[in-house]
Amino acid sequence: MSGDTLLEVDDLRVTFPTRTGLVQAVRGASFSLGRERLGIVGESGSGKSQTGRAIMGLTPPQAEVSAKKLSFDGMDLLSISPRERRALRGNRIAMILQDPKYSLDPVMSIGRQIVETLRTHEKVSKAEARERALATLQAVQIRDPARVFDLYPHEVSGGMGQRAMIAMMLITGPELMIADEPTSALDVTVQLDVLNILDKLVSERGMGLIFISHDLRLISSFCDRVVVMYAGKVVEQIKASELRDARHPYTRGLLNCMPRIGFERHPLPVLDRKPEWAA
Amino acid sequence: MTAAIVVEELEVVFDRFRALKGVSLEVREGESYGLVGESGSGKSTLLRAITGLAPVASGAITVNGKKLGKSRDKAFYREVQMVFQDPYGSLHPRQTVDRLLQEPLAIHGIADGEKRIERALDEVGLGKGFRFRYAHQLSGGQRQRVAIARALILEPSILLLDEPTSALDASVQAEVLNLLEEVRRRRKLTFLMVSHDLAIVTHMCERLMVMQNGEAVETLTASQLIGHRVNADYTRNLLRASEGFVRV
Repeated sequence: MSGDTLLEVDDLRVTFPTRTGLVQAVRGASFSLGRERLGIVGESGSGKSQTGRAIMGLTPPQAEVSAKKLSFDGMDLLSISPRERRALRGNRIAMILQDPKYSLDPVMSIGRQIVETLRTHEKVSKAEARERALATLQAVQIRDPARVFDLYPHEVSGGMGQRAMIAMMLITGPELMIADEPTSALDVTVQLDVLNILDKLVSERGMGLIFISHDLRLISSFCDRVVVMYAGKVVEQIKASELRDARHPYTRGLLNCMPRIGFERHPLPVLDRKPEWAA
Repeated sequence: MTAAIVVEELEVVFDRFRALKGVSLEVREGESYGLVGESGSGKSTLLRAITGLAPVASGAITVNGKKLGKSRDKAFYREVQMVFQDPYGSLHPRQTVDRLLQEPLAIHGIADGEKRIERALDEVGLGKGFRFRYAHQLSGGQRQRVAIARALILEPSILLLDEPTSALDASVQAEVLNLLEEVRRRRKLTFLMVSHDLAIVTHMCERLMVMQNGEAVETLTASQLIGHRVNADYTRNLLRASEGFVRV
């Protein structure tokens, strides 16, 4: 790949020990990412979230991560110290989680949480941190940043909470953003607002984005490229614009089985899962 | 054609919050009727009010020609059953599938339990092998099938479906929607189905009502929605949003 490859993942494996033996959540996923929007799509248990977490360094301690290569901007993520990893996390690599209700601290005002992220990574005065937090809240199209700054997560709507989380992740100016189902907990119309904000920020700031979702249709309309995962493996990588010509039966089945407005199909086609897909 | 469910000027108030502000609707016998709207629009509250799970402040509900009072009797629940959204929360974690399915039979004093359980499991595509398993041993789709079996075991004529597939993967969703259509056709059931997904509602329902902030926005037939012949801006927004992301 060209020089501006941001992230390289080769043969990533995430293994969990369980009572009944080892479970491989991710079984050899490989892809690379430039300054683009990459979608990872798959159903529950496909390993898409564990892939994102492994890149972020948020795999639970009992699990084991291995890869031939897992490098971010030339740095080998698996061999650097936890301290160096911490310096990356939230600073150069950021992550947006699914539900602002659970992923924001309920006993800390939104503004303080954003300032905390900033002051962890940069030496700035309190006043300047506040200024920058307000500016970032403005950037995610919150109309009255000064008011929202002092609100607690339970006092705002889901869409507003998700914007606050995006603001928190943006404030350090990350180069890679991992968004794990960032809009699944939101209403459809709010979903589009949040996606618009994300889209604008990614293209303006030249970030790389990994967008993890179960919704193939949403991903195909938002991302440049799509990685399809099934049972811990990447079964297909395809340009979003060419998704209609997807070759793998799983990708096609996934596209097909959703009801669509204006297409009468009774009964809906269902996926006929083949054991060799997981092989 | 007679009406299975008639709701007139229904108001539901929680403390001081008006969750439903005078909503009326009529579901014909054998019809599949959809309720669409965003969170907080009152669509689930409407279903819960019909089953007696939400406090009705005023208005009237008539089911199969019988006007409902403050409490629901056993006869009501033999006619009307509900399937909830979250199959992880609606099945008792310490009870086997068999025990779960026996509960409604015991409440209603039905004798031929053995046969009914076998038939119900068969009907939802779960074999006998699932009968003595616990909910945690099942996948999300299988759990929702058990929930549907539990609703069907009393042989009701009306099923209330509250987002029955929104917790499921797309491929499993297709299977459960197909199952619901099949049991409806076979048993000539009336469906009142809540969903936030316009595509699902147009797939499953002949008519639908769009709701917002506890009020009805408009009532449409599925073909009106498919043809984009809608009147309210809110419905138009929903339609646009359901088509996916468009870069501006």
